[in-house]
Amino acid sequence: MRTPFFRKLQRYYTIFASCFAMFLLALAMLEKEGMPRLWIGYLFMFATIILYAAIGVISRTSNVAEYYVAGRRVPSLFNGMATAADWISAASFISLAGGLYLHGFDGLAYIMGWTGGYCLVALLIGPYLRKFGQYTIPDFFAARYGGGFNGRAVRLMAVGATIVVSFTYVVAQIYAVGLIASRFTGVDFSVGIFLGLASILVCSFLGGMRAITWTQVAQYIIILVAFLMPAMWLAVKHGGNPVPQVAYGKLLPKLSARETQLAQDEKESEVREVFLQRAEDFDVRLHGLPASWDSGRLEAQHNLDMVKQRNGSLLEIRAAERALADYPKTVEDAAAVWAAQRNYNLARGRELVKHAEPFPGANREQSDQKRNNFLALVFCLMVGTAALPHILMRSYTTPSVQETRVSVFWTLFFILLVYLTIPALAVLVKYDIYSSLVGSDFAHLPTWVSYWANVDKANPLLSISDVNLDGIVQLAEIQIDSDVLVLATPEIAGLPYVVSGLVAAGGLAAALSTADGLLLAISNALSHDVYYKLVDPQASTQKRVTISKLLLLAVAFIAAYAASTKPGDILSLVGAAFSLAASTLFPALVAGVFWQRANHQGAMAAMVAGFFTCLYYMLHANPVLGGSISGQWFGIAANSAGVFGVPAGLAALVLVSLLTPAPDARTLSLVRHIRTPE
Amino acid sequence: MDKLERHWRRVSRMTGSLLATWLLTTFCIIFFARELSGLTIFGWPLSFYLAAQGASLIYLAIIGFYAWRMRRLERLYRNEDAA
Repeated sequence: MRTPFFRKLQRYYTIFASCFAMFLLALAMLEKEGMPRLWIGYLFMFATIILYAAIGVISRTSNVAEYYVAGRRVPSLFNGMATAADWISAASFISLAGGLYLHGFDGLAYIMGWTGGYCLVALLIGPYLRKFGQYTIPDFFAARYGGGFNGRAVRLMAVGATIVVSFTYVVAQIYAVGLIASRFTGVDFSVGIFLGLASILVCSFLGGMRAITWTQVAQYIIILVAFLMPAMWLAVKHGGNPVPQVAYGKLLPKLSARETQLAQDEKESEVREVFLQRAEDFDVRLHGLPASWDSGRLEAQHNLDMVKQRNGSLLEIRAAERALADYPKTVEDAAAVWAAQRNYNLARGRELVKHAEPFPGANREQSDQKRNNFLALVFCLMVGTAALPHILMRSYTTPSVQETRVSVFWTLFFILLVYLTIPALAVLVKYDIYSSLVGSDFAHLPTWVSYWANVDKANPLLSISDVNLDGIVQLAEIQIDSDVLVLATPEIAGLPYVVSGLVAAGGLAAALSTADGLLLAISNALSHDVYYKLVDPQASTQKRVTISKLLLLAVAFIAAYAASTKPGDILSLVGAAFSLAASTLFPALVAGVFWQRANHQGAMAAMVAGFFTCLYYMLHANPVLGGSISGQWFGIAANSAGVFGVPAGLAALVLVSLLTPAPDARTLSLVRHIRTPE
Repeated sequence: MDKLERHWRRVSRMTGSLLATWLLTTFCIIFFARELSGLTIFGWPLSFYLAAQGASLIYLAIIGFYAWRMRRLERLYRNEDAA
């Protein structure tokens, strides 16, 4: 366990951590001396990006084993940290706590799903992949399910699944990089993307798996510090205990009492009434289409004329002009816009839901429906976790099979350090907002409110408006986007700006580390599985690594281009990637080890059936993809399509395998080999 | 029955029971969440605590137990060699 290599790593990362602590202290002092905020943002961005690039340069390599699997000598502890950084994506770091803040108990599906999946990795897949001991996931499929043409068909299908799953995911990461970089340094969104891309590239381009492993360990340390620091501060402030995971237990009853109080507050219901009234108005106009569209337009025109006639102020004229210009151009537009407005106002007018209440619903059926969706989502996230290529790939990098098992333990341990803090942070911030912001005076709003309200004018992350004009902030008047909560927490807690910069650096590290792993998974699938195994098996090792680096560059630029177009559709599909991975890869992966009788035809059928069932359901039930909510089966949300895809894949695997000849002796001996202890 | 088959049978049995634990934990915590929310533990409603922390800690324990147990099973397998 404690090899000289391990001790060397330990020394390096201890030095790194203390340098980082000194860097933070120095910045904190500089801030006190009056260094402007923008400079702190710049320093954090560039210092961390240069750090990652430097690790990449130091670990550069052209050796195949080093490039693809970090030389298979990463000790389990460090492999665990690297995998945790690989795993904690921009979504978990930035949006998950916000999601829990907004959805309460229902958001916990992500915590359960994204941790429980590691049981499947540890018990069913990881150690066996390590025993198999090649380079990629398609390698395993081709060797185990071979069939004709040296397993070409199976390999290509596995490559296809890897790319589809990883690409949607990587676009979301790069998008987050652009978002954070542009928020904290004021650079343009696309410039932010390419800055982040530069650091990803220097790192993975030069050193492949070896470089990204060592970078990810450093990134994990930054992620952890950045996430824990504001949470601990709030825990001390409200719970009198620096361990947020423990402190928020005391706070939950207080929060719940405050919620009860707010639910009965008359002013609150007054605000909700206003929103419901607005929703009602839109509903009336919707039902009056197309006549209401005409009258509405005439009214807007009339308003403008009136203002001009009575010599209204410039501001009034502007407002009337804008109202006319923004008026829906056609009846169809009006129907869409007004329906959206109605739903928005209905949502704002909804009753307060208690944070800790499981599956709140108007009646038993609605509540049961929520529970079923919770179960389905947890299932998809768990099985999807166990089938994500960039996570499974990491099983190959440890020195032995037993180290892989221990490494999965460390992975979950390090993930939990952050994931157990997320629900705590959500409760702490909620308590802070409910008890100090709600009920305060509109004339004395804290500065963070106006700062975050003005970050993105078109799509406000935070908005507070005095709906019932009483000058007091009501809870129903506050609207918070799930993306803003973690980034704003340091300011909400009243911490110095350095901590905000640190949190941004943490978010950046989370996005970059995940993007690194995903890009490598994609480019390895293309270079190793497509180029080396299918196109040119005689390629020299030098050539293989070079090809891989070039492909990495190409994939990175395509992904960055896709992210720079701000594709809302792709972002909403990230959740779907888990269902796709689960349905397509999971059945064949597990059967490959645990069911000898599974054969070539069975695996092909499983992948096809799983993928298309999942895809069909998404197209059928997801409005973004042209389906409709009414197309849902058993009321299960479209992103949880894996609930149908995985059983379909398994059924196809079993049926087709039993109907076709048993696998040959070579395959059976491979299965024997995988099962044999080292 | 050869040595490997005996080993594999032990491994499968353990994997199966740990998977059952994993499945039961997950399912029960979610399915009975509403019933459990009346009870409290150190201030948390029990169902909230289990979903937010308890389940994840049980998963960690399952993986830890598996790694420890597999080391012993593999040692057993190697010793059978010597015997």
